Amino acid sequence: MHIVICVKQVPDTETKIRVKDGQLDHSETKYVVNPYDEYAIEEGLRIKERLGEGKITLVSTGPERAKDALKSGLAVGADEAIHLLDEAFEGSDPYATALILSKALQKLDYDMVFCGKQGVDEDHAQVGIILAELLDIPHISVVTKLEISDDLRSVVAHREVEGGHAVVETPLPAVITAQKGLNEPRYASIKGIMAVKKKVIPEWNAAEIGVEGDAVGVESAKITSIEVTLPPDRAGGRVFDEDPAQDAVKVAHLLRDEAKIL
Amino acid sequence: MSNDVLVVAEIRDGALKKISLEMLGEGRNIAKQLGGDVQAVALGHGVADVATTLALYGAQKIFVADDPSLENYTAEGYTNVLANLVKQTQPALVLLGATTAGRDLAPRLAARLAVGLASDCTGFAVQDGEVLMTRPIYAGKAIATVEEAGRPYMTTIRPNIFAAPEADTSRAAEVENIPADAGEIRAKVLEMIMEAGERVELTEADIVVSGGRGLKAPEHFALIEELADVLGAAVGASRATVDAGWKDHSYQVGQTGKVVTPTLYIACGISGAIQHLAGMKTSKYIVAVNKDPEAPIFKVADYGIVGDLFKVVPVLTEEFRKMKAEG
Repeated sequence: MHIVICVKQVPDTETKIRVKDGQLDHSETKYVVNPYDEYAIEEGLRIKERLGEGKITLVSTGPERAKDALKSGLAVGADEAIHLLDEAFEGSDPYATALILSKALQKLDYDMVFCGKQGVDEDHAQVGIILAELLDIPHISVVTKLEISDDLRSVVAHREVEGGHAVVETPLPAVITAQKGLNEPRYASIKGIMAVKKKVIPEWNAAEIGVEGDAVGVESAKITSIEVTLPPDRAGGRVFDEDPAQDAVKVAHLLRDEAKIL
Repeated sequence: MSNDVLVVAEIRDGALKKISLEMLGEGRNIAKQLGGDVQAVALGHGVADVATTLALYGAQKIFVADDPSLENYTAEGYTNVLANLVKQTQPALVLLGATTAGRDLAPRLAARLAVGLASDCTGFAVQDGEVLMTRPIYAGKAIATVEEAGRPYMTTIRPNIFAAPEADTSRAAEVENIPADAGEIRAKVLEMIMEAGERVELTEADIVVSGGRGLKAPEHFALIEELADVLGAAVGASRATVDAGWKDHSYQVGQTGKVVTPTLYIACGISGAIQHLAGMKTSKYIVAVNKDPEAPIFKVADYGIVGDLFKVVPVLTEEFRKMKAEG
Protein backbone atom coordinates (compact mmCIF):
# COMPACT_ATOMS: atom_id res chain seq x y z
CA MET A 1 0.00 0.00 0.00
CA HIS A 2 1.62 3.23 -1.16
CA ILE A 3 0.07 6.24 0.50
CA VAL A 4 0.89 9.71 -0.82
CA ILE A 5 0.18 12.68 1.42
CA CYS A 6 0.09 16.24 0.11
CA VAL A 7 1.49 18.73 2.59
CA LYS A 8 1.37 22.51 2.68
CA GLN A 9 3.38 24.85 4.81
CA VAL A 10 1.26 27.68 6.21
CA PRO A 11 1.56 30.54 8.69
CA ASP A 12 1.00 29.45 12.29
CA THR A 13 -2.60 30.06 13.34
CA GLU A 14 -1.23 32.21 16.19
CA THR A 15 0.26 34.56 13.61
CA LYS A 16 -1.01 38.10 13.51
CA ILE A 17 -1.88 38.89 9.93
CA ARG A 18 -0.25 42.01 8.53
CA VAL A 19 -1.08 43.79 5.30
CA LYS A 20 1.30 46.04 3.38
CA ASP A 21 0.43 47.84 0.14
CA GLY A 22 -2.74 45.81 -0.32
CA GLN A 23 -1.07 42.41 -0.01
CA LEU A 24 -0.17 40.13 2.88
CA ASP A 25 3.07 40.93 4.65
CA HIS A 26 4.77 37.71 5.75
CA SER A 27 8.05 39.24 6.85
CA GLU A 28 7.45 38.19 10.46
CA THR A 29 5.47 35.03 9.86
CA LYS A 30 6.31 31.75 11.54
CA TYR A 31 5.47 28.73 9.38
CA VAL A 32 4.12 25.35 10.38
CA VAL A 33 2.65 22.26 8.75
CA ASN A 34 -0.97 22.97 7.82
CA PRO A 35 -2.95 21.61 10.81
CA TYR A 36 -5.33 19.59 8.60
CA ASP A 37 -2.35 18.01 6.84
CA GLU A 38 -1.18 16.75 10.22
CA TYR A 39 -4.37 14.70 10.48
CA ALA A 40 -3.70 13.44 6.95
CA ILE A 41 -0.16 12.38 7.85
CA GLU A 42 -1.29 10.73 11.07
CA GLU A 43 -3.98 8.74 9.27
CA GLY A 44 -1.42 7.50 6.77
CA LEU A 45 0.90 6.42 9.57
CA ARG A 46 -1.90 4.59 11.36
CA ILE A 47 -2.93 2.73 8.23
CA LYS A 48 0.62 1.60 7.64
CA GLU A 49 0.98 0.52 11.26
CA ARG A 50 -2.29 -1.40 11.17
CA LEU A 51 -1.38 -3.20 7.96
CA GLY A 52 2.17 -3.84 9.07
CA GLU A 53 3.37 -2.88 5.60
CA GLY A 54 3.29 -0.01 3.18
CA LYS A 55 5.09 3.18 2.25
CA ILE A 56 4.26 6.78 2.96
CA THR A 57 5.47 9.49 0.62
CA LEU A 58 4.98 13.17 1.32
CA VAL A 59 4.80 15.69 -1.51
CA SER A 60 4.75 19.45 -1.23
CA THR A 61 4.98 22.33 -3.62
CA GLY A 62 6.10 25.57 -2.12
CA PRO A 63 9.24 27.66 -1.74
CA GLU A 64 12.50 26.39 -0.27
CA ARG A 65 11.17 26.73 3.29
CA ALA A 66 8.48 24.10 2.54
CA LYS A 67 11.24 21.53 3.13
CA ASP A 68 10.77 22.15 6.85
CA ALA A 69 7.18 20.98 6.57
CA LEU A 70 8.30 17.84 4.74
CA LYS A 71 10.93 17.23 7.41
CA SER A 72 8.27 17.54 10.12
CA GLY A 73 6.34 14.78 8.37
CA LEU A 74 9.41 12.60 8.01
CA ALA A 75 10.21 13.12 11.69
CA VAL A 76 6.88 11.58 12.74
CA GLY A 77 7.43 8.55 10.52
CA ALA A 78 6.79 9.15 6.80
CA ASP A 79 9.19 7.14 4.64
CA GLU A 80 9.96 9.56 1.84
CA ALA A 81 9.40 13.16 0.84
CA ILE A 82 9.52 14.93 -2.51
CA HIS A 83 9.73 18.67 -2.90
CA LEU A 84 8.12 19.94 -6.09
CA LEU A 85 10.19 23.04 -6.58
CA ASP A 86 10.48 25.31 -9.58
CA GLU A 87 10.35 29.06 -10.08
CA ALA A 88 7.55 28.42 -12.54
CA PHE A 89 5.39 27.08 -9.70
CA GLU A 90 5.43 30.31 -7.71
CA GLY A 91 2.10 32.05 -7.31
CA SER A 92 0.11 28.99 -8.41
CA ASP A 93 -3.61 29.12 -7.64
CA PRO A 94 -5.53 26.06 -6.37
CA TYR A 95 -6.04 24.66 -9.88
CA ALA A 96 -2.37 25.02 -10.83
CA THR A 97 -1.28 23.62 -7.45
CA ALA A 98 -3.49 20.58 -7.99
CA LEU A 99 -2.09 20.27 -11.53
CA ILE A 100 1.49 20.22 -10.21
CA LEU A 101 0.57 17.62 -7.60
CA SER A 102 -1.30 15.52 -10.18
CA LYS A 103 1.73 15.44 -12.48
CA ALA A 104 3.95 14.33 -9.61
CA LEU A 105 1.42 11.68 -8.55
CA GLN A 106 1.34 10.29 -12.07
CA LYS A 107 5.01 9.45 -11.62
CA LEU A 108 4.30 7.65 -8.36
CA ASP A 109 2.56 4.31 -8.11
CA TYR A 110 0.02 5.36 -5.51
CA ASP A 111 -2.86 3.48 -3.89
CA MET A 112 -4.29 6.29 -1.83
CA VAL A 113 -3.88 10.05 -1.53
CA PHE A 114 -4.43 12.19 1.54
CA CYS A 115 -4.71 15.98 1.78
CA GLY A 116 -5.84 18.29 4.55
CA LYS A 117 -9.40 19.52 3.94
CA GLN A 118 -8.09 23.05 3.45
CA GLY A 119 -5.06 25.21 4.03
CA VAL A 120 -5.60 27.49 7.01
CA ASP A 121 -4.04 30.37 5.07
CA GLU A 122 -6.03 31.07 1.91
CA ASP A 123 -8.93 28.80 2.97
CA HIS A 124 -9.79 27.78 -0.59
CA ALA A 125 -10.49 24.15 0.38
CA GLN A 126 -10.11 23.14 -3.27
CA VAL A 127 -6.76 21.48 -4.01
CA GLY A 128 -7.50 17.92 -2.84
CA ILE A 129 -10.78 17.76 -4.72
CA ILE A 130 -9.40 19.31 -7.93
CA LEU A 131 -6.50 16.86 -7.68
CA ALA A 132 -8.95 13.94 -7.63
CA GLU A 133 -10.72 15.29 -10.71
CA LEU A 134 -7.44 15.80 -12.59
CA LEU A 135 -6.35 12.25 -11.73
CA ASP A 136 -9.84 11.01 -12.64
CA ILE A 137 -10.24 9.25 -9.31
CA PRO A 138 -12.99 9.68 -6.69
CA HIS A 139 -12.61 11.76 -3.56
CA ILE A 140 -14.19 11.97 -0.13
CA SER A 141 -13.73 15.33 1.60
CA VAL A 142 -13.90 16.50 5.21
CA VAL A 143 -13.39 13.01 6.58
CA THR A 144 -13.62 12.32 10.32
CA LYS A 145 -13.43 8.53 10.27
CA LEU A 146 -11.88 6.08 7.83
CA GLU A 147 -11.80 2.32 7.45
CA ILE A 148 -10.03 0.30 4.79
CA SER A 149 -11.57 -2.91 3.50
CA ASP A 150 -9.76 -6.18 4.21
CA ASP A 151 -8.78 -6.57 0.56
CA LEU A 152 -7.34 -3.02 0.60
CA ARG A 153 -9.36 -2.11 -2.47
CA SER A 154 -11.85 0.31 -0.95
CA VAL A 155 -12.50 2.58 2.02
CA VAL A 156 -15.57 3.62 3.97
CA ALA A 157 -15.39 7.15 5.32
CA HIS A 158 -17.53 9.37 7.50
CA ARG A 159 -17.69 12.85 6.08
CA GLU A 160 -19.08 15.79 8.02
CA VAL A 161 -22.37 17.24 6.79
CA GLU A 162 -24.78 19.72 8.40
CA GLY A 163 -26.22 18.04 11.45
CA GLY A 164 -24.49 14.69 11.04
CA HIS A 165 -22.34 12.50 8.86
CA ALA A 166 -22.55 10.89 5.45
CA VAL A 167 -21.07 7.41 5.27
CA VAL A 168 -19.39 7.14 1.88
CA GLU A 169 -17.70 4.18 0.25
CA THR A 170 -15.21 4.47 -2.57
CA PRO A 171 -12.86 2.17 -4.43
CA LEU A 172 -9.14 2.98 -4.25
CA PRO A 173 -7.24 4.86 -5.42
CA ALA A 174 -9.04 7.90 -4.10
CA VAL A 175 -8.26 11.26 -2.54
CA ILE A 176 -9.29 11.65 1.09
CA THR A 177 -9.27 15.13 2.65
CA ALA A 178 -8.80 15.11 6.41
CA GLN A 179 -10.91 16.99 8.91
CA LYS A 180 -10.10 17.64 12.54
CA GLY A 181 -11.43 14.74 14.61
CA LEU A 182 -10.07 12.08 12.24
CA ASN A 183 -7.34 11.25 14.76
CA GLU A 184 -4.97 12.79 17.26
CA PRO A 185 -1.64 13.53 15.54
CA ARG A 186 1.47 12.31 17.32
CA TYR A 187 4.47 14.38 18.18
CA ALA A 188 7.88 13.70 16.71
CA SER A 189 10.37 11.97 18.97
CA ILE A 190 13.78 13.54 19.58
CA LYS A 191 15.23 10.59 17.70
CA GLY A 192 12.92 11.24 14.76
CA ILE A 193 13.81 14.93 14.65
CA MET A 194 17.54 14.20 14.79
CA ALA A 195 17.29 11.57 12.08
CA VAL A 196 15.80 13.96 9.50
CA LYS A 197 18.01 16.94 10.27
CA LYS A 198 20.55 16.18 7.61
CA LYS A 199 18.24 14.30 5.31
CA VAL A 200 18.42 15.52 1.73
CA ILE A 201 14.96 15.86 0.24
CA PRO A 202 14.82 15.24 -3.51
CA GLU A 203 13.50 18.05 -5.68
CA TRP A 204 11.42 17.59 -8.78
CA ASN A 205 11.11 20.54 -11.14
CA ALA A 206 8.61 21.35 -13.87
CA ALA A 207 10.51 19.46 -16.57
CA GLU A 208 10.85 16.37 -14.40
CA ILE A 209 7.15 16.08 -13.72
CA GLY A 210 6.27 17.10 -17.27
CA VAL A 211 4.32 20.26 -16.61
CA GLU A 212 4.48 23.18 -19.01
CA GLY A 213 5.74 26.34 -17.34
CA ASP A 214 2.83 28.45 -18.61
CA ALA A 215 0.25 25.98 -17.26
CA VAL A 216 1.19 26.85 -13.68
CA GLY A 217 2.33 29.85 -11.65
CA VAL A 218 1.05 33.41 -11.59
CA GLU A 219 0.42 33.66 -15.33
CA SER A 220 -1.84 30.63 -15.40
CA ALA A 221 -3.99 31.75 -12.49
CA LYS A 222 -7.72 31.22 -12.87
CA ILE A 223 -8.23 33.15 -9.66
CA THR A 224 -6.11 36.08 -8.53
CA SER A 225 -6.15 38.07 -5.33
CA ILE A 226 -6.04 41.72 -6.36
CA GLU A 227 -6.21 43.26 -2.92
CA VAL A 228 -6.06 42.16 0.70
CA THR A 229 -7.43 44.28 3.52
CA LEU A 230 -7.86 43.80 7.23
CA PRO A 231 -11.43 43.57 8.49
CA PRO A 232 -12.58 46.67 10.34
CA ASP A 233 -11.96 46.47 14.08
CA ARG A 234 -15.06 46.08 16.17
CA ALA A 235 -15.60 48.94 18.51
CA GLY A 236 -15.77 47.61 22.04
CA GLY A 237 -19.22 47.89 23.54
CA ARG A 238 -20.64 48.25 26.99
CA VAL A 239 -19.25 46.24 29.87
CA PHE A 240 -21.29 45.41 32.96
CA ASP A 241 -19.41 44.37 36.05
CA GLU A 242 -21.60 45.06 39.05
CA ASP A 243 -23.93 42.22 39.94
CA PRO A 244 -23.92 39.17 37.65
CA ALA A 245 -27.64 38.45 37.94
CA GLN A 246 -28.74 42.08 37.55
CA ASP A 247 -26.28 42.60 34.70
CA ALA A 248 -27.73 39.58 32.95
CA VAL A 249 -31.24 41.03 33.20
CA LYS A 250 -30.00 44.34 31.80
CA VAL A 251 -28.25 42.69 28.85
CA ALA A 252 -31.28 40.53 28.08
CA HIS A 253 -33.41 43.67 27.87
CA LEU A 254 -30.84 45.53 25.78
CA LEU A 255 -30.78 42.63 23.34
CA ARG A 256 -34.53 42.80 23.03
CA ASP A 257 -34.92 46.58 22.92
CA GLU A 258 -31.74 47.78 21.18
CA ALA A 259 -30.62 44.82 19.12
CA LYS A 260 -34.20 43.66 18.43
CA ILE A 261 -33.32 40.04 19.09
CA LEU A 262 -36.36 37.78 19.65
CA MET B 1 -22.00 33.11 -23.59
CA SER B 2 -24.90 34.66 -21.68
CA ASN B 3 -25.12 37.24 -18.92
CA ASP B 4 -27.18 34.95 -16.75
CA VAL B 5 -26.44 33.86 -13.22
CA LEU B 6 -27.03 30.19 -12.42
CA VAL B 7 -27.85 29.29 -8.82
CA VAL B 8 -27.31 25.66 -7.82
CA ALA B 9 -30.15 25.28 -5.33
CA GLU B 10 -29.88 23.07 -2.28
CA ILE B 11 -32.83 20.99 -1.23
CA ARG B 12 -32.76 18.93 1.91
CA ASP B 13 -35.53 16.63 3.11
CA GLY B 14 -37.90 18.05 0.54
CA ALA B 15 -37.39 21.70 1.50
CA LEU B 16 -35.31 24.50 0.06
CA LYS B 17 -32.38 25.33 2.25
CA LYS B 18 -32.09 28.97 3.28
CA ILE B 19 -28.83 29.35 1.39
CA SER B 20 -30.75 28.70 -1.84
CA LEU B 21 -32.88 31.77 -1.18
CA GLU B 22 -29.87 33.84 -0.19
CA MET B 23 -28.17 32.88 -3.45
CA LEU B 24 -31.28 33.79 -5.47
CA GLY B 25 -31.44 37.21 -3.81
CA GLU B 26 -27.81 38.07 -4.43
CA GLY B 27 -27.84 36.28 -7.79
CA ARG B 28 -30.66 38.55 -8.93
CA ASN B 29 -28.68 41.64 -7.91
CA ILE B 30 -25.67 40.49 -9.88
CA ALA B 31 -27.72 39.36 -12.89
CA LYS B 32 -29.37 42.80 -13.10
CA GLN B 33 -25.97 44.47 -13.22
CA LEU B 34 -24.76 42.03 -15.87
CA GLY B 35 -27.92 42.48 -17.90
CA GLY B 36 -29.01 38.86 -17.57
CA ASP B 37 -31.46 36.67 -15.70
CA VAL B 38 -31.08 34.67 -12.53
CA GLN B 39 -31.68 30.99 -13.14
CA ALA B 40 -31.75 28.08 -10.76
CA VAL B 41 -31.05 24.40 -11.05
CA ALA B 42 -32.32 21.76 -8.64
CA LEU B 43 -30.98 18.23 -8.52
CA GLY B 44 -32.43 15.33 -6.61
CA HIS B 45 -35.23 12.80 -6.66
CA GLY B 46 -38.83 13.96 -6.30
CA VAL B 47 -37.69 17.58 -6.21
CA ALA B 48 -39.79 18.88 -9.11
CA ASP B 49 -42.47 20.45 -6.88
CA VAL B 50 -40.01 22.12 -4.56
CA ALA B 51 -37.99 23.32 -7.51
CA THR B 52 -40.90 25.28 -8.91
CA THR B 53 -41.07 27.32 -5.68
CA LEU B 54 -37.65 28.74 -6.59
CA ALA B 55 -39.61 31.08 -8.86
CA LEU B 56 -41.23 32.73 -5.84
CA TYR B 57 -37.80 33.82 -4.67
CA GLY B 58 -36.73 35.28 -7.98
CA ALA B 59 -35.59 32.46 -10.25
CA GLN B 60 -36.53 33.48 -13.81
CA LYS B 61 -35.85 30.05 -15.25
CA ILE B 62 -35.61 26.74 -13.44
CA PHE B 63 -33.78 23.63 -14.55
CA VAL B 64 -34.73 20.38 -12.89
CA ALA B 65 -32.66 17.19 -12.88
CA ASP B 66 -34.89 14.62 -11.20
CA ASP B 67 -33.63 11.08 -10.97
CA PRO B 68 -33.24 8.34 -8.33
CA SER B 69 -29.48 8.40 -8.97
CA LEU B 70 -29.43 12.00 -7.71
CA GLU B 71 -31.35 11.31 -4.49
CA ASN B 72 -28.25 11.48 -2.34
CA TYR B 73 -25.75 14.19 -3.09
CA THR B 74 -22.58 12.80 -4.66
CA ALA B 75 -19.77 14.92 -6.06
CA GLU B 76 -19.38 12.78 -9.15
CA GLY B 77 -23.07 12.47 -10.02
CA TYR B 78 -23.81 16.15 -9.48
CA THR B 79 -20.67 17.20 -11.36
CA ASN B 80 -21.68 15.11 -14.36
CA VAL B 81 -25.13 16.69 -14.57
CA LEU B 82 -24.05 20.26 -13.82
CA ALA B 83 -21.04 20.27 -16.13
CA ASN B 84 -23.33 19.43 -19.04
CA LEU B 85 -25.79 22.14 -18.09
CA VAL B 86 -23.12 24.83 -17.71
CA LYS B 87 -21.53 23.88 -21.02
CA GLN B 88 -24.89 24.18 -22.72
CA THR B 89 -26.28 27.31 -21.11
CA GLN B 90 -22.97 29.18 -20.71
CA PRO B 91 -23.93 31.31 -17.71
CA ALA B 92 -21.75 34.26 -16.74
CA LEU B 93 -21.64 33.18 -13.11
CA VAL B 94 -22.41 29.96 -11.23
CA LEU B 95 -23.31 30.27 -7.54
CA LEU B 96 -23.17 27.37 -5.11
CA GLY B 97 -23.66 27.39 -1.36
CA ALA B 98 -20.58 27.18 0.83
CA THR B 99 -22.23 24.23 2.55
CA THR B 100 -20.79 20.78 3.06
CA ALA B 101 -22.24 19.73 -0.30
CA GLY B 102 -21.35 22.93 -2.18
CA ARG B 103 -17.81 23.01 -0.87
CA ASP B 104 -17.38 19.39 -1.96
CA LEU B 105 -18.99 19.82 -5.36
CA ALA B 106 -17.72 23.19 -6.58
CA PRO B 107 -13.99 22.32 -6.87
CA ARG B 108 -14.79 19.16 -8.83
CA LEU B 109 -17.15 21.03 -11.14
CA ALA B 110 -14.71 23.92 -11.61
CA ALA B 111 -11.90 21.49 -12.43
CA ARG B 112 -14.11 19.62 -14.90
CA LEU B 113 -14.86 22.90 -16.66
CA ALA B 114 -11.27 24.14 -16.18
CA VAL B 115 -12.44 27.42 -14.64
CA GLY B 116 -11.50 29.26 -11.47
CA LEU B 117 -13.44 29.05 -8.24
CA ALA B 118 -13.72 31.63 -5.47
CA SER B 119 -14.63 29.81 -2.26
CA ASP B 120 -16.75 31.09 0.59
CA CYS B 121 -17.54 34.52 -0.85
CA THR B 122 -19.11 37.24 1.25
CA GLY B 123 -19.40 40.04 -1.30
CA PHE B 124 -19.70 40.77 -5.01
CA ALA B 125 -19.09 43.78 -7.23
CA VAL B 126 -19.69 44.10 -10.95
CA GLN B 127 -17.22 46.25 -12.86
CA ASP B 128 -17.38 46.56 -16.66
CA GLY B 129 -19.06 43.18 -16.94
CA GLU B 130 -16.51 41.55 -14.69
CA VAL B 131 -17.57 40.09 -11.35
CA LEU B 132 -15.20 40.72 -8.44
CA MET B 133 -15.60 38.72 -5.26
CA THR B 134 -14.57 39.33 -1.71
CA ARG B 135 -13.73 36.39 0.49
CA PRO B 136 -12.31 36.05 3.98
CA ILE B 137 -8.90 34.40 4.22
CA TYR B 138 -7.04 33.21 7.29
CA ALA B 139 -10.46 32.41 8.77
CA GLY B 140 -11.46 36.05 8.47
CA LYS B 141 -8.31 37.65 9.85
CA ALA B 142 -8.03 39.26 6.40
CA ILE B 143 -10.33 39.88 3.44
CA ALA B 144 -9.23 39.29 -0.14
CA THR B 145 -10.76 40.81 -3.26
CA VAL B 146 -10.35 38.31 -6.06
CA GLU B 147 -10.95 38.15 -9.78
CA GLU B 148 -11.34 35.11 -11.96
CA ALA B 149 -9.62 34.80 -15.33
CA GLY B 150 -12.75 34.26 -17.38
CA ARG B 151 -16.35 33.20 -17.61
CA PRO B 152 -18.14 31.31 -16.34
CA TYR B 153 -17.13 32.70 -12.98
CA MET B 154 -17.78 30.20 -10.24
CA THR B 155 -18.16 30.82 -6.53
CA THR B 156 -19.46 29.33 -3.33
CA ILE B 157 -21.38 31.72 -1.10
CA ARG B 158 -21.11 31.71 2.67
CA PRO B 159 -24.46 31.10 4.39
CA ASN B 160 -26.04 33.84 6.52
CA ILE B 161 -24.35 36.73 4.71
CA PHE B 162 -26.92 37.75 2.11
CA ALA B 163 -30.56 38.48 2.87
CA ALA B 164 -33.10 35.91 1.73
CA PRO B 165 -35.82 37.56 -0.41
CA GLU B 166 -39.47 37.29 0.61
CA ALA B 167 -41.59 34.88 -1.37
CA ASP B 168 -43.64 36.63 -4.06
CA THR B 169 -46.51 34.38 -5.10
CA SER B 170 -47.19 36.43 -8.23
CA ARG B 171 -43.94 35.21 -9.74
CA ALA B 172 -43.66 32.26 -12.09
CA ALA B 173 -40.86 30.89 -14.18
CA GLU B 174 -40.31 28.50 -17.05
CA VAL B 175 -39.31 25.04 -15.84
CA GLU B 176 -37.11 22.85 -18.02
CA ASN B 177 -36.28 19.24 -17.26
CA ILE B 178 -32.66 18.53 -18.09
CA PRO B 179 -30.86 15.22 -18.60
CA ALA B 180 -30.52 13.76 -15.12
CA ASP B 181 -28.18 10.86 -15.67
CA ALA B 182 -25.66 10.85 -12.84
CA GLY B 183 -23.30 8.66 -14.85
CA GLU B 184 -20.69 6.60 -13.08
CA ILE B 185 -20.54 7.25 -9.32
CA ARG B 186 -17.55 5.66 -7.63
CA ALA B 187 -17.79 7.35 -4.21
CA LYS B 188 -21.26 6.22 -3.09
CA VAL B 189 -23.27 7.28 -0.07
CA LEU B 190 -24.10 4.23 2.05
CA GLU B 191 -26.12 6.03 4.70
CA MET B 192 -26.68 9.34 6.44
CA ILE B 193 -26.21 9.40 10.20
CA MET B 194 -28.01 12.45 11.56
CA GLU B 195 -27.70 13.63 15.13
CA ALA B 196 -30.85 13.47 17.16
CA GLY B 197 -32.51 16.75 18.12
CA GLU B 198 -33.99 19.66 16.31
CA ARG B 199 -31.30 22.22 16.99
CA VAL B 200 -30.30 24.41 14.04
CA GLU B 201 -26.98 23.94 12.34
CA LEU B 202 -24.14 26.23 13.44
CA THR B 203 -23.31 27.92 10.16
CA GLU B 204 -26.96 28.59 9.34
CA ALA B 205 -28.08 29.70 12.78
CA ASP B 206 -29.40 33.17 13.50
CA ILE B 207 -28.26 32.90 17.11
CA VAL B 208 -25.31 30.92 18.44
CA VAL B 209 -24.57 30.24 22.11
CA SER B 210 -21.03 28.97 22.70
CA GLY B 211 -19.31 27.56 25.74
CA GLY B 212 -15.64 27.55 26.65
CA ARG B 213 -13.32 26.28 29.31
CA GLY B 214 -15.05 28.51 31.86
CA LEU B 215 -17.73 25.81 32.00
CA LYS B 216 -15.19 23.73 33.98
CA ALA B 217 -16.73 20.36 33.09
CA PRO B 218 -18.42 18.84 30.03
CA GLU B 219 -21.75 18.28 31.80
CA HIS B 220 -22.07 22.02 32.35
CA PHE B 221 -22.71 22.43 28.62
CA ALA B 222 -26.29 21.76 29.72
CA LEU B 223 -26.41 25.43 30.78
CA ILE B 224 -25.43 26.49 27.26
CA GLU B 225 -27.94 24.11 25.72
CA GLU B 226 -30.80 25.44 27.88
CA LEU B 227 -30.08 29.00 26.84
CA ALA B 228 -29.76 27.89 23.21
CA ASP B 229 -33.09 26.06 23.36
CA VAL B 230 -34.94 29.10 24.71
CA LEU B 231 -33.49 31.24 21.91
CA GLY B 232 -33.85 28.62 19.19
CA ALA B 233 -30.09 28.91 18.81
CA ALA B 234 -27.28 26.62 17.72
CA VAL B 235 -24.65 25.49 20.21
CA GLY B 236 -20.98 26.22 19.64
CA ALA B 237 -17.80 25.36 21.51
CA SER B 238 -14.31 26.76 21.88
CA ARG B 239 -11.30 24.85 20.64
CA ALA B 240 -10.18 24.20 24.22
CA THR B 241 -13.37 22.30 25.06
CA VAL B 242 -13.18 20.33 21.80
CA ASP B 243 -9.54 19.42 22.36
CA ALA B 244 -10.46 18.34 25.90
CA GLY B 245 -13.06 16.00 24.42
CA TRP B 246 -16.08 17.79 25.96
CA LYS B 247 -17.69 18.41 22.59
CA ASP B 248 -17.37 16.92 19.13
CA HIS B 249 -15.32 18.92 16.64
CA SER B 250 -18.44 19.71 14.62
CA TYR B 251 -19.30 22.23 17.37
CA GLN B 252 -16.00 24.09 17.23
CA VAL B 253 -16.10 27.77 16.28
CA GLY B 254 -12.86 29.33 15.08
CA GLN B 255 -9.97 28.96 12.70
CA THR B 256 -9.79 25.16 12.75
CA GLY B 257 -13.53 24.89 13.22
CA LYS B 258 -16.50 26.70 11.76
CA VAL B 259 -16.82 30.35 10.86
CA VAL B 260 -20.21 31.68 11.91
CA THR B 261 -22.01 34.94 11.13
CA PRO B 262 -25.19 34.91 13.20
CA THR B 263 -27.20 37.96 14.22
CA LEU B 264 -26.31 37.22 17.85
CA TYR B 265 -23.33 35.34 19.26
CA ILE B 266 -23.22 34.66 22.99
CA ALA B 267 -19.80 33.56 24.26
CA CYS B 268 -19.86 32.01 27.72
CA GLY B 269 -16.62 31.30 29.52
CA ILE B 270 -14.59 31.85 26.35
CA SER B 271 -11.51 34.05 26.71
CA GLY B 272 -11.36 34.92 23.01
CA ALA B 273 -8.11 33.57 21.57
CA ILE B 274 -7.25 34.98 18.13
CA GLN B 275 -8.34 31.70 16.47
CA HIS B 276 -11.74 31.87 18.13
CA LEU B 277 -12.31 35.54 17.31
CA ALA B 278 -11.56 34.76 13.66
CA GLY B 279 -14.54 32.41 13.64
CA MET B 280 -17.20 34.71 15.11
CA LYS B 281 -16.05 38.32 14.84
CA THR B 282 -18.40 39.14 11.99
CA SER B 283 -21.48 38.29 14.04
CA LYS B 284 -23.85 41.25 14.15
CA TYR B 285 -24.12 41.37 17.95
CA ILE B 286 -21.71 39.73 20.36
CA VAL B 287 -22.38 39.11 24.04
CA ALA B 288 -19.52 37.93 26.24
CA VAL B 289 -19.78 36.42 29.69
CA ASN B 290 -16.46 35.93 31.43
CA LYS B 291 -15.00 36.19 34.92
CA ASP B 292 -11.79 37.80 33.70
CA PRO B 293 -12.29 41.50 32.89
CA GLU B 294 -9.07 41.39 30.82
CA ALA B 295 -10.34 38.58 28.54
CA PRO B 296 -9.84 39.56 24.86
CA ILE B 297 -13.43 38.55 24.07
CA PHE B 298 -14.61 41.82 25.69
CA LYS B 299 -12.77 43.81 23.01
CA VAL B 300 -15.19 42.53 20.36
CA ALA B 301 -18.32 42.29 22.51
CA ASP B 302 -21.21 44.74 22.16
CA TYR B 303 -22.40 43.73 25.60
CA GLY B 304 -19.96 42.26 28.08
CA ILE B 305 -20.81 40.83 31.46
CA VAL B 306 -17.88 40.44 33.82
CA GLY B 307 -18.98 37.72 36.16
CA ASP B 308 -19.39 34.05 36.92
CA LEU B 309 -21.15 32.38 34.01
CA PHE B 310 -22.86 29.98 36.43
CA LYS B 311 -24.66 33.00 37.88
CA VAL B 312 -25.17 34.89 34.61
CA VAL B 313 -26.26 32.25 32.10
CA PRO B 314 -29.25 30.85 34.06
CA VAL B 315 -30.56 34.40 34.52
CA LEU B 316 -30.23 35.09 30.79
CA THR B 317 -32.12 31.87 30.10
CA GLU B 318 -34.87 32.82 32.54
CA GLU B 319 -35.19 36.40 31.21
CA PHE B 320 -35.45 35.27 27.59
CA ARG B 321 -37.97 32.63 28.62
CA LYS B 322 -40.11 35.32 30.25
CA MET B 323 -39.82 37.59 27.21
CA LYS B 324 -40.84 34.76 24.90
CA ALA B 325 -43.82 33.98 27.09
CA GLU B 326 -44.84 37.63 27.04
CA GLY B 327 -44.49 37.56 23.26
